[in-house]
Formats: sequence, C-alpha cells, structure tokens
Amino acid sequence: MKGYKKYYSRKILWYLLTLIIAVILNFTLPRLMPGNPVANIAAQTAQGMTDATAIQKVYAQYAEAFGVDKPLYQQFFIWLKNLLHGDLGVSFSQYPRPVSEIIASGVWWTVCLQLPAIIVGWFLGNLLGAVAAYIRKGFDKVILPAFLFASNIPAFGMATILLTVFAIQLKWAPTSGGYGFDLIPNFSAAFILSVLDHYKLPFLSIVLVTIGGQAVGMRSMAIYELNADYVKYSRFLGIKDKKIVGYVFRNAMLPQITGLAMSIGTMVGGALVAEIIFSYPGIGSTLLSAITGRDYPLISACTLIITIMVLLANLFVEMIYGLIDPRIKAAQME
Amino acid sequence: MKNTIKQLRHSSQFMVGFVILVAILLLIIIYPIFVTADPLEMVGRGTFFKPGTYVSVVDAVTDGASTQKSYTLNLDTSASRLNARLSMEDREAMVDWLVRFGGVAEGGISTSDDDVPALLELWSEKYDSTNPQKGLIAAKKKYYVRLDKSLKELNNSTDMILAAQGEDGLEQTGTIADDSYVNVKDIANQRTFILGTDNFGRDVLTELVAATKTSIIIGLIAGVVATAIGLFLGLFAGFIGGVVDDFIMFVTNLFTVIPSFVILILISYSVGASARGVTMVAVIIGLTSWPWTTRSVRSQVISLRNRDHVNMSKLSGHSVIRIILVDILPYVASYVVMAFILQISSGILAEAQLSMLGLGPATTTTATLGLMMNWAMTYTAHLNGSWWAYFPVILTIALISFSLNLMNTGLDQVFNPTLRD
Repeated sequence: MKGYKKYYSRKILWYLLTLIIAVILNFTLPRLMPGNPVANIAAQTAQGMTDATAIQKVYAQYAEAFGVDKPLYQQFFIWLKNLLHGDLGVSFSQYPRPVSEIIASGVWWTVCLQLPAIIVGWFLGNLLGAVAAYIRKGFDKVILPAFLFASNIPAFGMATILLTVFAIQLKWAPTSGGYGFDLIPNFSAAFILSVLDHYKLPFLSIVLVTIGGQAVGMRSMAIYELNADYVKYSRFLGIKDKKIVGYVFRNAMLPQITGLAMSIGTMVGGALVAEIIFSYPGIGSTLLSAITGRDYPLISACTLIITIMVLLANLFVEMIYGLIDPRIKAAQME
Repeated sequence: MKNTIKQLRHSSQFMVGFVILVAILLLIIIYPIFVTADPLEMVGRGTFFKPGTYVSVVDAVTDGASTQKSYTLNLDTSASRLNARLSMEDREAMVDWLVRFGGVAEGGISTSDDDVPALLELWSEKYDSTNPQKGLIAAKKKYYVRLDKSLKELNNSTDMILAAQGEDGLEQTGTIADDSYVNVKDIANQRTFILGTDNFGRDVLTELVAATKTSIIIGLIAGVVATAIGLFLGLFAGFIGGVVDDFIMFVTNLFTVIPSFVILILISYSVGASARGVTMVAVIIGLTSWPWTTRSVRSQVISLRNRDHVNMSKLSGHSVIRIILVDILPYVASYVVMAFILQISSGILAEAQLSMLGLGPATTTTATLGLMMNWAMTYTAHLNGSWWAYFPVILTIALISFSLNLMNTGLDQVFNPTLRD
C-alpha cells in the first residue's frame, strides 16, 4: 500500500485541478447569457407598484442580493467564498428558497438511483458480454444484435417505453414521482415501500441501457483476448478451460474499467434525462425546472453537482483500477 | 481500397447497418417528393388525433343519401355498432345492475365484445325501471333509465332521416337506410394520418421525416466539427510531441473527465434562445465532443511517428505538413472514419437530450427528433396513451444510431482482423 502513495496523490491532485477548472467554467458560462435575469424576478415583485422610487428600490435590492451589479471577477470570488461555505445563493425561480437546499433535496435521489443502476448494469453487461464471447455460436448470434440494438435506444427512450408498458398499460408500477404523493418523507414502512415501488422502473431503464453498451464492448474485448497468444499457449500446456477463461476475463476487464471511467459522464447525462420522464425528484428534474425558469444560480449549482459526482466516480474508478491492474501494481512496488 | 470495399460487402454487420441507413435516407429524400405539404402545418384542430383515415362527415352523409354513390350490403350492422357504441363503463354498470337487482349470478355475464348480444338480451329481459332498486341514488336510477332508452334506440335501428332548414322549420330531404354503405374512395374530402397527429395537430409522419432530415444534418455538422478539431489536435499533439503534446493532452484529459453533457448545457444556455438555431446547436455539440477523436488519433500517430517510412521522409527534407498528409494521415484515416460515424450518432442523441431539457434549437420553422420528443413529453403524450407521438421518434433515433454503430463494428472488423468472426 505504501508504494501507492505517489500514484494516488498524483491522481487526487489531477482531479483537484480538473475540479477547479470545472468550477471556473461553471461560473462563467451561464453568466455570459444576454439579458438580465434579475429584472424578471424583480418585475414580479414590483408588479402593482406605482411609485417609481419604490420600484427602483426593489430592483436595486435584488441586484445587490444576487450580486449582479459588481464586475464579473468580483462576483466570482464572492461566489467562490460562498460556495466554500456551502452557500450557493438564492434560487430565482423558487425565490426565496436557497439553492443549496434545493440541490440537497435532489442529490440523494439521483445518487441512490444512478449509482446502483450503473454498477448493476455494468456488471451484468460485462458478464453477458464475456459469456457471449465464450459461447459464440447461437447464443452470440441472438444476444449480440439484441444488445447492440438495446444499447442504441437512448436512455430517455427506454424510460418512455418502460413507462408506457409497465406503468400505464400493465399498471405494475406508478407513473411518476419518487414516492406516493400522499406521503410525507419519513422512515415509516409505508414510505419506504412506496419509494421502492417508484424506484423499480427508473432503475430498470438505466440498467437495461447500460447492459447493452457494456455487453457489446466486453464481447469484442474478450474475443480479442481469446485469440491472444497466451491463450493458445495455455491450451497447448493443457491448462483447463475454466482457468483460461478466468485469465481472459481479468485481462478483458481492464479496458472495460477504463471505458467505464471515460463514459460515466455520458451515462449520467443520459440517466438524468431519463429521470425527467419519470418526474423523479432528482437533479435531472431540478435541472429541467431551472432551465425552464431561467434560474441561473440553480442551473450552475446543478451542473456543478453533476460535475462533482462524475469526478468523484471517475476518481474512485481510477483508484480501483490502480489496485487491479498488475502493471500499475508492479510499477508502484519498484 | 477495392479490397476493403469487397471485404465490407462480405461483412454482414456492415451491410445490415448500411441497408438500414440507406432506407432511412431514401425515405427522407423520396417522401417529400410525394407529400409536398408543409411538415409543420397544423392540420388538426385539437391534440393527438389517432392514426387512421379521416373522412369528411358531410361528404359521407351526402354520398350515402344519393342513390349512385350508396351501396347496400347484406351485413349485420347492429353487432359491431353496438360493440363500438356501448362503452366499457356502460357495460360494467349494466352487469352491476343485473347482479344486484336482476338476480343474475356474479360472474355469470362478462363485459367482453362477444358477450354483448347476450348482455343486451338479459338486460331487456330483466331491466325494470319500477324495481325499487334499494341502495341506488336517484341520479344513478335516472342514468339506468337513460341507458335503457338509448339501448332501445340502438336496437331497433331504423333509417336515418336527413333534414334541412326550410322556410317553416325542418324539411325532410332524404333518408339513409341502415344497411347502406359508401365507398371510401368516392368521398372527396379525406386525409390519412398514418401516424396520427401531434399536440399541435400536425401530421406526425410528415413531421417525422422532416425532423429526421434535420437531425441527421445536425449529426453531420456536429460530426464534421468534432472530427476536424479532434483530428487536428491529435495529429498536432502526436507528431510534434513535447510541450505541445503535454498541453493538448492536458486539455483533452480535462474535457474527457468533465462531462461533455454539462458543458453542452452551460454553453447552450449561455448562447441564449434567440441565437440557438439548428446550426448553432450542431456546432456546440461538435465543440464538446472532440476529446475521444483526439485521444485515439494521437495514440495512432505516436505509434507511427518513428516508422521507417516517416523517418525516410524526414531525412528527405519534406515539410511537416507533407509528412502528416502523405505519410501519416492515410494510416489513421480508418480510425477517423470510424470516429466520425460514432460522432454522428452521438450528435443526434445529444441534440435529443438537449431538446428534452428545453435547450434544443429554439425554432418554430423546423422540427428535430429531439424537439418532437420534447413536445410530446410536454403535452404528456406518454401519460395519455398517444404512443404515435413519441414511439416512432424513439424508434427512429434508435434505428439511425443502430445502423451507424453496426457499420462501425463492420469497419472495425475489416480494419482489425483479430476481431473477425
């Protein structure tokens, strides 16, 4: 474990640097939008007022509260300072709710939905892909096109189809939301059961889409490995097939793990849009309402939290990769 | 080249993908030749009309009343008419009444289409409005009286009388017999909506064809932009190496880790709705999806950089641009083509996802697959059972992406013999 210190500290440093750049991008890009979003919300408050000075006062107050009257770089440092204190400003569209509160209420729904779904989908996909590569005939002929097609259905499409078939036609699951509309979030059995009931379909839609893509990738990786010289040599040596498959699986897994690290961002993006279909109370739906309400503090916070989640997931995958890949292991031991 | 094409023709995956893609392209090209109507014309006044042929009611009635254009067919009209007109709710109410007051055993009669004649027979036999009907509220009792009356009218089907507003009240102008039919071909005003209409009353099929075309164009623009940037940076980084390589790879790694979806949202939002046309969205998608191409091109170039023929070129004093174009580009061309194909399909998908978030092309003059999906979801087509408004869109996106990926796999097998079956 000692040898890993350098590897890990380099990885963490690199991710910190990425995070800083992502934060800067997150701040600047939405603020380049033409028009004055503060004017909109101030106009709502000033509605019905006739006194010109009172209206002006309202505008000035809002401009100060949102800090848009200062130059951009000053806004950035104020924003950064607040960010480090966990203060992401006040939402425009759900005024006066703080953004951090809205994000906090959504983020766990998204994490609890996507993390298990992507992991389960990834494992099942790799398993099926490896089996398809090993068996080849028959099984492969059916499985491969099916998975290839499944992996090309967009996540929101899969969500819509599942919703139509299982929630609306067969009525096996509720159509929308994260829990029954008549319940208040608590730890009662009724609430947890309702949450699980609402969890089924979004979970399944993400798993199915992930399985398709992973199985196709794993299959070609495993075929590539099965044709490698070491497999033939092992066969000549008379090593049992079971053991060879073990080797092949391990070697084919490595690129799949790197692939996972690289595609997590895309997967999360797709799954967020799938959330919207189910009106799941996560970050995806929050993002949609933020965009509809032209609420830039909330958009910025949503994209920031998505970036942080993806970066953390990536860092985690890369750390595991370091443990699994024997080449990195050997390099650390020197 | 000739050999490559020959191999591709033998690759079943490539050919299947190719055929699907060509079929979609042909549909896009040929369909507008025959259907010249504006794809965004709001034909229907109302939302989500079912797929089918719509005939003018006035034409059907006038044709039915005229002797030349009406035909008498010896068919039983009452049964199917009853099935169509007697709603499930009414049937359930009838069964309910019969079980409660008519002395019929529970489960003795069902509400299915086959049982309708039997149900009606039982009803006319048992129903009696003078029955005390204990436990029924007055409104329900009146409902049953109305139901009974309308059933009697349905049962003794007589000729329908046509009337027109005359000088002193209505005057009879003609009759339509119960067994008279008209031929759909004779009706002057009719329109077939193969996939129904959408929330704005537009013909979904025509709109879908136009939207597919726009989406493919978006995919192509995004693919060209992403591939051009990726290829340029990859060649540059791989061939020159050193600090340039380090810097380009730093930026590339940065943008592979920061989700492109997030950058896409931020840029699309910043651009503002007024500037977000189809081309703009396509270019933005292209600008966020180059890192993959850069990485793969760079690693290819690095492995090529010290090959003998490249060194030979260097020794001969050829310029860097010439070496890249003549000695390196042909070797990475296959990767670039494959990356380009994948960029097209991911570009189409990215547009769809952006549009679903409300950040797609802000236009009312063209449709894209993503916008169609967005409209259908906004008007809750998925909750009210209007499958024709969203399912064809999902299927089209999946088919385009499926065909492109199949072609990509086929190309991969031709270029990497180890992957061949």
